[in-house]
Amino acid sequence: MSVNTLPTPQKPWKTTNRQRFSTALLIVAAALISLVIIGSTGLNGKLGFLSTLFITSSLLIFIQQWRLRDKAAAKDSLLSSFALLGMIMTVIPIISIVSTVVIKGYKGIHIGMFFNDMSLNSVNDPIKQGGLLHALVGTIIMVGGALIISFPIGVLTALYLTEIRGKLSRPIKFLVQAMSGVPSIVAGLFILSSLVYPVTKSLSGMMGSLALSILMIPTIARTSEEMLRLIPSELREAGVALGGTQWRTVAGVVLPAAKSGLVTAIILGMARIIGETAPLLLVSGGGDSINLNPTSGAMGSLPYYIWKAFLTGGTEEAFARAWGGLLVLLAFIFILFGLARFISGRRVS
Amino acid sequence: MATEYGIAESSNNKKIEEKKMQTQVTPSSLATVAGNREVRVPGSEMLGTGLETRGVHAWFGSKHVLSDVSLDFAAGTVTALIGPSGCGKSTFLRTLNRMHEFIPTAALAGQVLLDGKDIYAPGIDVTKIRLNVGMVFQKPNPFPSMTIGQNVLSGLKLAQIKRSNTDELLESCLERAGLWGEVKDRLNEHGGALSGGQQQRLCIARSLAVAPQVLLMDEPCSALDPGSTFRIEQTISELAKTMTIVIVTHNMQQAARVSDYTAFFLSDGGPGAMIEVAPTSKIFSSPVDKRTEDYVTGRFG
Repeated sequence: MSVNTLPTPQKPWKTTNRQRFSTALLIVAAALISLVIIGSTGLNGKLGFLSTLFITSSLLIFIQQWRLRDKAAAKDSLLSSFALLGMIMTVIPIISIVSTVVIKGYKGIHIGMFFNDMSLNSVNDPIKQGGLLHALVGTIIMVGGALIISFPIGVLTALYLTEIRGKLSRPIKFLVQAMSGVPSIVAGLFILSSLVYPVTKSLSGMMGSLALSILMIPTIARTSEEMLRLIPSELREAGVALGGTQWRTVAGVVLPAAKSGLVTAIILGMARIIGETAPLLLVSGGGDSINLNPTSGAMGSLPYYIWKAFLTGGTEEAFARAWGGLLVLLAFIFILFGLARFISGRRVS
Repeated sequence: MATEYGIAESSNNKKIEEKKMQTQVTPSSLATVAGNREVRVPGSEMLGTGLETRGVHAWFGSKHVLSDVSLDFAAGTVTALIGPSGCGKSTFLRTLNRMHEFIPTAALAGQVLLDGKDIYAPGIDVTKIRLNVGMVFQKPNPFPSMTIGQNVLSGLKLAQIKRSNTDELLESCLERAGLWGEVKDRLNEHGGALSGGQQQRLCIARSLAVAPQVLLMDEPCSALDPGSTFRIEQTISELAKTMTIVIVTHNMQQAARVSDYTAFFLSDGGPGAMIEVAPTSKIFSSPVDKRTEDYVTGRFG
């Protein structure tokens, strides 16, 4: 038996503390230089400082890399800096929006709001009175209704584009793309003029669902189409070669393989419409009391609740109420996304 | 060039080693391998009378890719289709179970007769054809949303075949594909968890479940290591007792080992055509056509 001489696992490719220290030194130096530049020129404010800091630190790291290694490494470091900048520019607005909503909204949150509606209260009442149950219920009913209408239509459209590949594929694809650019107010006006005025003659949650569907179908159709295109054609061939008809192959092989992609399509579709205010104002109005019947009567929604509190109030309470509503809407969207990730993540790859 | 085929087969497996001993690849040594297989006389115990093609041409769009192939596959035989890439052998294979038409621009002329009936005749149910003429593809393609067991039985579901004793069928299909021993305790795992060679045998088991009389294999081992290749070749030899097999392969050692007949395809820039078909031992020892000899001795391709 030989002596156990197992080497300890190491990661020689990792950045060493020494390298980290020198980079940190460079950034501190860049910060000092930026302060000097800010002090001696007309630039000022946080934004001025941050942009100067970015430029000087990128330059310093560029020079350092050039001296330590070569031109290629220096260019590499410059590209890394820009990638970092891009990342920061994406993340900062998101963090800023979420943190603003959380900070301003949590004052408007109390447990009672999930059990009460606004039928007996005005937006200017103390925040502990009334609630947004009616808006939450209305949003769930209308978005759920829109989903029930849009999901089959959207997926069938995607199947036409990817599986049947008929002569109309190109024009339909173009139409679907064009439709995803339809302004939401147009969807509302369309339902208003084609159904509400001539047929039902009254506002209702179902009309809201229909208007939202117009916005949701293109998103679901396009996302499902992309997801179905990711399914390798070998799987379709295998299904057909086993004696399946095209429809059974689609139902038994293609759609199950695309399951997580279809869940993504649903989530993106819901995210597209959940904050829509304009079409709902037109066709489902906005109630202040709970309405569980989507076929008749005005129906409230979270965006309407927020809109009303911001616009018709004016007091501290009304603003707190609006921010609270925003926080609930945001949380609702996050929960949806989390749920979708959870469902689609259970797939075995 | 020719010796590459010998090297490519390197494996610890004794049987392959033995075969290599016999075959320090020259045309005549390939013929020796082929000669070790007895050429089966079309068996009367077989279901059906096999598969025949009459003047098959194939096109993609306006490109003529396959010209005038007439070839008989007697029931219970293994036929290898060999030839350089782009010679139309895979296209020809796909005309045999009507997978050719899966490509939108595809067109065809000629007849493919299964038990004497043209599978392209009007009124023929294409799904029935594909049930009788199964297919194994180049890349293992188990259905990702299904478990191993569900994969094997997926053909029943897709073709809406009712069967009561599916457990028995599951075991016998996996057994015949040489996979039962390795997966019998993990039938509920997903097919993607298997190795490439196991996935390919799973795909073979899947095509066996619907009881085809002909099995088409499109380079079934080209993505596999030598050990898995050997297992699949064993499987092919077993299956040949009960069905007709047509296999496209780039590996001439493989053609020599597994097939009774070999057909050589070639394209001279125009559409691919069948140059020669003969018992495998003859193709590798005394081919009639000079081009066949050049190919099997590795002078080109």
